[in-house]
Amino acid sequence: MTTQDFIQIILYFTLLIGLTPVLGNFMFKVFTGEKHLMLPVFGWLERLTYKFSGINPDKESNWKSYTFDLLVFNLVGFLFLFLIQLLQTYLPFNPSHRTNVSWHSAFNTSVSFMTNTNWQGYSGETTLSYFVQMVGLTVQNFVSASTGIAVLLALIKGLSRKTTDLLGNFWTDLTRSTLYILLPLSILFAVVLVGQGVVQNFKTYDTVQTLQGATQIIPQGPAASQIAIKQLGTNGGGFFNANSAHPFENPTPFSNFLEMLAILLIPAALTFTYGKMVGSAREGWTIFMAMLILLLIGLSISLYAEYASNPIFGKLALMEGKETRFGITNSVLWSTTTTAASNGSVNAMHDSLAPLTGMVAMINLMLGEIIFGGVGAGLYGMIIFVILTVFIAGLMVGRSPEYLGKKIQKFEVQMAIIAVLAPNLVILIFSAWASVSNPGLAGLNNSGPHGFSEILYAYSSAAGNNGSAFAGLNANTIFYNVTLGIGMLIGRFGIIAPVLAIAGSMAGKKITPSSSGTFHTDNFLFMGLLIAVILIVGGLTHFPALSFGPIVEHLLMNNGITF
Amino acid sequence: MKTLIISLKIFFFFTILTGVIYPVFVTGIAQLTFPTNANGNLIVKKNKIVGSKLIGQRFDSVIYFSSRPSAISYNPLPSGGSNFGLTNVKLKHSVDSLKNQFIIFNHLDNNTTIPSEMLFASASGLDPHISQKAALLQVDRIAKARNLNSDGKQIIIQCVKKMTEVPQFLCLGEDRINVLVLNLELDKIDAGNNSKTTNN
Repeated sequence: MTTQDFIQIILYFTLLIGLTPVLGNFMFKVFTGEKHLMLPVFGWLERLTYKFSGINPDKESNWKSYTFDLLVFNLVGFLFLFLIQLLQTYLPFNPSHRTNVSWHSAFNTSVSFMTNTNWQGYSGETTLSYFVQMVGLTVQNFVSASTGIAVLLALIKGLSRKTTDLLGNFWTDLTRSTLYILLPLSILFAVVLVGQGVVQNFKTYDTVQTLQGATQIIPQGPAASQIAIKQLGTNGGGFFNANSAHPFENPTPFSNFLEMLAILLIPAALTFTYGKMVGSAREGWTIFMAMLILLLIGLSISLYAEYASNPIFGKLALMEGKETRFGITNSVLWSTTTTAASNGSVNAMHDSLAPLTGMVAMINLMLGEIIFGGVGAGLYGMIIFVILTVFIAGLMVGRSPEYLGKKIQKFEVQMAIIAVLAPNLVILIFSAWASVSNPGLAGLNNSGPHGFSEILYAYSSAAGNNGSAFAGLNANTIFYNVTLGIGMLIGRFGIIAPVLAIAGSMAGKKITPSSSGTFHTDNFLFMGLLIAVILIVGGLTHFPALSFGPIVEHLLMNNGITF
Repeated sequence: MKTLIISLKIFFFFTILTGVIYPVFVTGIAQLTFPTNANGNLIVKKNKIVGSKLIGQRFDSVIYFSSRPSAISYNPLPSGGSNFGLTNVKLKHSVDSLKNQFIIFNHLDNNTTIPSEMLFASASGLDPHISQKAALLQVDRIAKARNLNSDGKQIIIQCVKKMTEVPQFLCLGEDRINVLVLNLELDKIDAGNNSKTTNN
C-alpha cells in the first residue's frame, strides 16, 4: 500500500465522522417536528401526501397496528412490482423490447427490493425495461429505506416515552423520511453523478462500430437517478449487471468516493439522531464507535489479505474482478463498507476477492448487518444487541438489567433472541440444504471450498438483506429464486416484528431515574462489552461454516492448491 | 380495510413522485447541465459513433494498444466479470496463458514484469483503462506494425505520457490511461505522418 492509499482511507473516515452530526442533527429536526431546511421546500408536498391518501398525521398507533400498517404497505408494494414484471411487454417505456420476466425471478426481485435487499438474480440491462426500473425498482429503493427508518423511529419512541402504548404514526414516519431526507439527497447526488459521467436518459441502446470494426451495443437509461438512491438508501441494486463496477454507474474515482460515502452516510448519521432523540448524544456516539471499530477491524484484515502475496500468483497484484481506475484499496474499502452497511452494491467482483477478504464480507453479513447496517435497519438491529449486552452484563453483576432507565425483562430478551436467531437460521439451514441438493450445486461457478463459499454468501446476503453476491453462482433458477426470496422475507420481517414488539413493551414501562447503582451504557466499558457480545454470538454461530469455506480456502491457497 | 386503502393511495402517490417525477426531473436537469455525460460520452468520428469514452472496446490488432482481458469480450449485454475465485484452476491457467500471449505479442523479454491488469479480467468486463506501464510495454510493437521510425516511436511515447490521467484531485483512484481515446490519438498521429510523407 502507498501513502496515497492511506490518504484516501483517512479522508473517507474523516468525512464520514464529520458529516454524522451534521446530517444526524438535521434528521433529528425532521423527526421531532422542529423547523428545518427542507420544510419550506417540501412542506406542501407532505401536506399533499396526507390529504391525497386520507391520513390523519396526528393519530398515533400502538405497536400492533403500527406493524399492521407497515406490513400491508409492503405487501401492496410487493404485488405491484411483481405484476409489472410479469406484464412488462404490455407496459410503456420499453424501447429495447425486454420480454416478460419469469414468475420466480419476478418473485425474487419483488421480495428483494421490498425488503431493502436488492439481491439481483437478473441482469438489469438484458432483463428489465426502463418502466420497471423506474416505476418499480426506484420506488422500492425509496420506500424500503423509509420503512427501515420508520421501524427505528417507532423503537426510539418506545425507548424514550413512558407508560403509553403509542409509538407514533407509520405513515408520517414513512412520508417524512422519504420527502425530507431521501428525496433531496438523491436529487443532489444524482446530478453530481451525471457530472462525473453517469448516464441519465430515455434513449434506446446505441449501436456503435468499434475502431476494429466490430459492433458494440451500448446500454443507456435513467441510471443516475436510481444509483443515487440505491447508494443512499442502502439498497444496492444496480442499474446494470456489473453494478457500481460498470463505467456508466461509477465512471471516476471521485464518483466512487462519493458512492462509498453515500453507503454509510445515513446509517452513521442515524446513530447521532438516535442519541439526541433518547436524550443523550453520548449513547449515540457509543454505538457509532462500536460500529466504527468493528468496521476498521474488518477493513484491516481485508486490506492485509488482498495485498499479501501467495504461492499461486506470487507477487502479482490481485486485479481479477477489479477496475483499473479504482485499484485494490478502493475495491476493498468498498467491499467492506457495502457488506457492513447492508447496501450490497459492488465495485469489484466479490467472488474473486482473496478468501479472507471474502470472509470479512461474509462476517459483516452474518453478524446481522449491524455495523452501520441498512438505513434504520442497522441501528435497530444493533439495539437488539445492546439489549442482549445489557442483559448479560446484568447477569454478571447480579442486578436487574436496565437500558435508558427501562427494565429489560423476559419478554424483551425473548424477542431479542428471536430477532438474532431468525436470520441465522436462514443462513445455516438453507446453505446446508443447497450444499447437498442437485439444484443447489448446479449453480456453482467454482469448485472446492470456494464453491461452498458461494452458497454460504448467497444465503448470508439474503438473510442480512444485503444483496451483494459471489456472483458466479447462477441463482436465477427456481430453487435459488424461491429459497433466497423466503430467506429475505424472514431476514427482514423476522427482525422488524420482534423489534416493534419490544418497542411496544418498552413504551409501557416507567423510566427509573439514573442513580449511582445504574449500569451506564454510554462509555468505553459498555462499548467493549457490546463488541464482545456481537463477536461471540456471531463467532459461535458461524465459525464452523466459515471454516469449511473461506478459512480452509485461505490455507489451501497458501499451499498453492487449486481446484 | 382502511389501512389497505391508505396503503394503495400513498403507494400510488409515492410511485408517481419517486418513480416518475423524480427520474424525469433528474433527467431534465442532467440533459440541460451535462448533455454529453448524460448521453453516455459518445465519441463521434466522421458522423459515426465509434464508441463511448467510458466503455472499453476489444483491441487485439497489432496496430492498436491492447485493452484489458474481459470475461465478456467487451460485449456489454450484460456486463460482468469472470467470478473466478483465486483457487480456481481456470484462473491460474488464464493468467499464465495471458502472460505468454502478452510477451509473444509484444516481443518482450521472458522475464518482463507484466502489469497485473493485463493478466486479470476486469469487474465490469468493460474497463476502459490500463496503466501507463502496460501502455509503454506495447509501444515498440505498435511502432513496428505501423512502420514508424524512432521519431514516430517517440511521438507515441509522448502521447502515452500526455494521455495518462493522474489520480483525481491528486489523491483519489489510480494512474490510468483510456485505451480507446489513446488509440484514436494514435490514428491521428499516423494520419499526420502519412500526409507528411505524401507531401514530400
